[in-house]
Amino acid sequence: MYGQSPELATPVSAEDHIQGPASAVVTLVEYGDYQCPACGMAYPEVKRLQREFGTNLRFVFRNFPLTEVHPLARPAAEVAEAASLLHRFWPMHDWLYEHQEEWSAYGGEALEAGLRQVGLDEAKVTQMLRRPGIDARIQADFMGGVRSGVNGTPCFFLDGYRVDGGMEELEYAIPQRIEGR
Amino acid sequence: MNILPAGSAAPDFTLHSTPDQTVSLSEFRARNVILAFYPADWSPVCGDQLSLYNELLEEFGKYDAQLLAISVDGAWSHAALSRDRKYHFPLLSDFEPKGAVARKYGVYDEKDGIAGRALFVIDREGVIRWSFLSPMGVNPGADGILKALKSLGTAKEMAG
Repeated sequence: MYGQSPELATPVSAEDHIQGPASAVVTLVEYGDYQCPACGMAYPEVKRLQREFGTNLRFVFRNFPLTEVHPLARPAAEVAEAASLLHRFWPMHDWLYEHQEEWSAYGGEALEAGLRQVGLDEAKVTQMLRRPGIDARIQADFMGGVRSGVNGTPCFFLDGYRVDGGMEELEYAIPQRIEGR
Repeated sequence: MNILPAGSAAPDFTLHSTPDQTVSLSEFRARNVILAFYPADWSPVCGDQLSLYNELLEEFGKYDAQLLAISVDGAWSHAALSRDRKYHFPLLSDFEPKGAVARKYGVYDEKDGIAGRALFVIDREGVIRWSFLSPMGVNPGADGILKALKSLGTAKEMAG
């Protein structure tokens, strides 16, 4: 399976949003869209894998907003990237997935409520949103994903290779790799 | 299925893009064309695949490439799908005689009466430069298309 799967074109680097130590045995990269319901469903599953495999698992999140089908995916990604510049990426990321249905239904105002809930200053976030780096970052994530063979969201890469069997494959393949190190 | 390989001339066709408009491949001579055959409107994998391509139209444009998607569904189904998913490229209807174009390209699934999930990159001279048949349930993504387009050169390079 692994030999034939598309390979991650952009290696994990310090620029990435990373949870877990660099010394982890296994690296899981997700290309995700904040407004995608399937990504919303994968979110608690990823958390469960992180709890289960602890420091053996390193998790990386990259942006892959499908903006025509999910008009708020891009604004949500921008907010998360702005939060990142204020060192609050993961709280914002988690909030977006945990409250996906609410802000997807109510739009921009609900996103603002999220900023307050994760303790971010709206004025500071607005200031960050003006930085051109944010757009470039999201676009770079997206195109890197396309070149890597991302074919929908969520799309997972385990140690650099695309996983086509969903959560089931991850649950099987992660412990296998940890035991086989 | 016996998919037409790279190096073959791309068979011309004229198909409905809307209930009252048709599109011919020959209209796109002097441009590159990406042909994406897909099994059916409204099936989840197709939706994802075409939604992904919909995000990449600007990128395809850098290589002076026009995307045309083809299935055996009728023009009204295409119109509804296109509106629902906000597609900004034509969906062509290989409806009558059913699957005739998919047959010419060697990607018609006789058993199920649908087009296979196949991709073609056709150059400015109407020659197929890359073709790929994906297993029915597997979304092929866009990396293969971009690699093929890259080998043909960007619009700027061609102009220069």
